[in-house]
Amino acid sequence: MIPFEYIRATDVAGAVAAGSAPGAAYLAAGTNLLDLMKGGVARPTRLVDITRLPGLAAVERRDDGGLRIGALARNSDLAHDPAFAKAYPAVAEALLSGASAQLRNAATAAGNVMQRTRCPYFTDPGSACNKRRPGSGCEAVGGETRLHAVLGWSEACIATHPSDFCVSLVALDAGVEIAGPAGTRFVPLESFHRLPGDAPERETVLEPGELITALVLPPEAVAFAGHSRYLKVRDRTSYAFAVVSAAAALRIEDGRIAEARLALGGVALKPWRAKAAEGLLAGRAPDATAFRAAAEAALTDARPSGDNAFKIELARRLVVRALTAAAAGTPARLPALPGSVLAPAPEAAHA
Amino acid sequence: MSFDIVLTVNGTRRTIPIPDPRVTLLDLLREGLHLTGAKKGCDRGQCGACTVLVDGRRINSCLALAVSLDGSEILTIEGLAEGDRLHPVQEAFIAHDGFQCGFCTPGQIMSAVGLIREAQAGDDPERVREAMSGNLCRCGAYAGITEAVLEAQNALSQHETPRRGEAA
Repeated sequence: MIPFEYIRATDVAGAVAAGSAPGAAYLAAGTNLLDLMKGGVARPTRLVDITRLPGLAAVERRDDGGLRIGALARNSDLAHDPAFAKAYPAVAEALLSGASAQLRNAATAAGNVMQRTRCPYFTDPGSACNKRRPGSGCEAVGGETRLHAVLGWSEACIATHPSDFCVSLVALDAGVEIAGPAGTRFVPLESFHRLPGDAPERETVLEPGELITALVLPPEAVAFAGHSRYLKVRDRTSYAFAVVSAAAALRIEDGRIAEARLALGGVALKPWRAKAAEGLLAGRAPDATAFRAAAEAALTDARPSGDNAFKIELARRLVVRALTAAAAGTPARLPALPGSVLAPAPEAAHA
Repeated sequence: MSFDIVLTVNGTRRTIPIPDPRVTLLDLLREGLHLTGAKKGCDRGQCGACTVLVDGRRINSCLALAVSLDGSEILTIEGLAEGDRLHPVQEAFIAHDGFQCGFCTPGQIMSAVGLIREAQAGDDPERVREAMSGNLCRCGAYAGITEAVLEAQNALSQHETPRRGEAA
């Protein structure tokens, strides 16, 4: 870890001023940042500690029925808040399917959004990586690619975004509240992370100095509470990143799908919203035929970036499984193994 | 650039100079305060051997900057027993063979204390295993660990007065 200057911010304006300097990074819990700094992957020369910013950990119901999640809300506090888990069960399940209890106790909501890819070529400073060192090439291409992207990737970068939380949030149309040198702005989470294109070093729409102050769930999100699931295929049942994951949420009226929400994780460099699939489901009966059609639509543009063609069919099957589980109804209590596909599945889980 | 921080470590409030902000809580405990119970296994948040409680919550001390925790209360394995009287979680780990080589044990025990405080797992062994997944044991003592956590939780629920590390 290279030496850095430590600045403890006391208000948002001061944090943004200190964070606007070249080489500066914001420090919340640091669970991802410190790991990257120890490995020489992240090399900030100034850390602006935002953990003492007043009010930034609050979770508040807004007058319009939406929910404002303060940037510093801890993952575990959010997931274990009974009112939150009841209103947004897929988000709670996604949070609890990620990392370990210790990490969730420390890690913050905005930190989760800002976490970096776990591509092993990115986290190894000895490998070429266009994200870490623009123009140096991508050693993942032609390398060990089992867990790399199948949607939205480019020749410059085939990494995936590792978050579970973001997948569930993007399905519910969450937004990102941002404070910056020019004031406050609001960006839909779906357009917050950038696909790699030819500039994978630019990972989000944040400009220098900009700081996430909150994540916002719109009022409509609670309408899906009765039929929401997050499922995650991983190489071990707990404490592992997704091979493929899916957030599925349905609004069912008179036995038909009034509205569907679907997003995928582990498939792209951003949480992947599948709007074409959602459109296909609207108005249909929640059955295996409809779910399989949605799965086909969600993966229409998918192509392997290496030795990972299996992820495309795996994602299709997981979409069917997640939609089937959502249609069966949100369980009264979160499963013992959140997001696990090894838990007993409802009938017709496999179309 | 040096900072003085105040930490309450195992019940003792102390002012600690931090000459370099790079020092993690784990390194401060082990190298600065000579509390070597918390172990440096992977130093990257993957093994859980460094688990301690900060303000009553279990975290990986290897992934926390000490300077950022100014004002916090820290509980390590050294602060768990009261004299020769072991904490119920320590007793249960012995009774159930919850370890073999012992390297991961301080982290396992502090994680178990945190888990019991969180009160999310109930008496379901599957939920206990899930909630303990951040602590690796290369000797594979997991079966005994799960039994120890369940028994200690049961024992603590019958205690009349809370002990260190339990919610009041």
